[in-house]
Amino acid sequence: MIAEKEHIAGKETPSPGGNVLVIRNLFKSFGNNHVLADFNLEIQKGESVVVLGKSGSGKSVLIKCIIGLLEPDKGSIEMFGKNIPDLDEQELDEIRAKVGFLFQSNALYDSMTIRENLEFPLRRHWIEVSQDEVNTMVMEALEDVGLEHTVDMMPAELSGGMRKRIALARTLILKPEIILYDEPTTGLDPMTAKGIIELIVEIQKKYNTTSLVISHDMNCVRMASDRVVILVDGRCYASGTFDSLLKNPDPNVKQFFE
Amino acid sequence: MKVKLFLTEAGELSRFTGRFFKQWFRPRYEIAELMRQCYVIGYNSLPLVGLTAFIMGLVLTMQLRPSMVDYGVESQLPAIVGIAIIREIGPVITALIFAGKIGSSIGAELGSMKVTEQIDAMEVSGTNPFKYLVVTRVLAATLMLPVLVLLGDAISLYGSWLGVNIRSTTSFSLFWTQVIDNLSFSDVLPAFIKSYFFGFAVGIIGCYKGYTSSKGTEGVGRSANSAVVVSSVVIFVIDLLAVQVADALGFKLKT
Repeated sequence: MIAEKEHIAGKETPSPGGNVLVIRNLFKSFGNNHVLADFNLEIQKGESVVVLGKSGSGKSVLIKCIIGLLEPDKGSIEMFGKNIPDLDEQELDEIRAKVGFLFQSNALYDSMTIRENLEFPLRRHWIEVSQDEVNTMVMEALEDVGLEHTVDMMPAELSGGMRKRIALARTLILKPEIILYDEPTTGLDPMTAKGIIELIVEIQKKYNTTSLVISHDMNCVRMASDRVVILVDGRCYASGTFDSLLKNPDPNVKQFFE
Repeated sequence: MKVKLFLTEAGELSRFTGRFFKQWFRPRYEIAELMRQCYVIGYNSLPLVGLTAFIMGLVLTMQLRPSMVDYGVESQLPAIVGIAIIREIGPVITALIFAGKIGSSIGAELGSMKVTEQIDAMEVSGTNPFKYLVVTRVLAATLMLPVLVLLGDAISLYGSWLGVNIRSTTSFSLFWTQVIDNLSFSDVLPAFIKSYFFGFAVGIIGCYKGYTSSKGTEGVGRSANSAVVVSSVVIFVIDLLAVQVADALGFKLKT
């Protein structure tokens, strides 16, 4: 296959010590539905990878396996040198403290104010942190997304785009080394979506974070990716830069860019 | 098919309950959240429980009076109302009101958290969501319902005293003395103990329905609804068992 010849993620040459995330031979099924079948991926420190796939192709399942919310049937997911499926609850929490996760539905806690939403991961991961430090970090995270004035508001009082920004601020507050974005622009109008993508790119540059973005929004793929991975039939079908894949004649690749 | 569904549901609920017992005494202890839930579940339910208890005591007295007059035992009205409220009506009606208010709110809240990925977000934030959301709510419901039952019983008896005074005049101290004289330890203790079980049932069923909610917002509505229905039925089943157990242990009515 032309696309596979160009770049197959599982067969990449790993840069020694530079990989933040290495996924090998990942399988995940729900009954007879084989969502992930021999999926391979490597992400280097500071790299921004977008996983592109159709709806229902297993993108969200992949990202939930990476963060340990779903247990894979087979295969390994090494993050910071540790295999996620083998970790106990405490070890998993230690890894999760270094990982940000932006949920598709934002997942802001409805019963808490924005301040409490942002404080929550801080309090849970860093129990010793003082209230002054917490306040400073909350305001810093809100400044990063330009929403300082919403600190004492409830999530229900905010627009969809603002909620997405707050969710991003909550993700940033722990200064994660890698951020996983699950469909960051879904449900937003084009202008707001563009603003969110620009913010993601800005954050990547500012904090030099590694990013794994799950998306089917081509604007998002184009703007936020150093490398694009195409997920077809539960495996990494093709990988390369946006421009190289754009020129790829393989019908399975081409369908995403038409 | 329905039998299979019922057995599957019962099995899942048992596993969920087993998970609760496995996790509730292990650190990390969510004391602050437990206190908050006690406030939300207990204190915030007091006005509704108080109002229904007051009306129940008043109406029960008014309904019983004609029969008591016919039999010429009107003077025993406080005694019979006292026993009825303390032994049965107080705990069961309070538990049903509690199931309607708290069971549905827990089912809807956790169900909505589940479908909007808030429970997953909690897990990613280094929190055991089962402990933070389920254990605290079930413990709060178990601890708060007996308190509400005690307060509800007292308010209900006050309503009953007013009911007695609609057609005749009885001082509060005489009414109270008659109620207390006709009650024994074996009336109060089983009723008090069974209300812990009622509270636990409402908490665990509400949490189970919410925590396992699926199919979007429709599923949330269904969770809230079935939390109330199932916990109401379970309250009556526990009540039935409690009578048998209390009898077997010798907690019988004074003869």
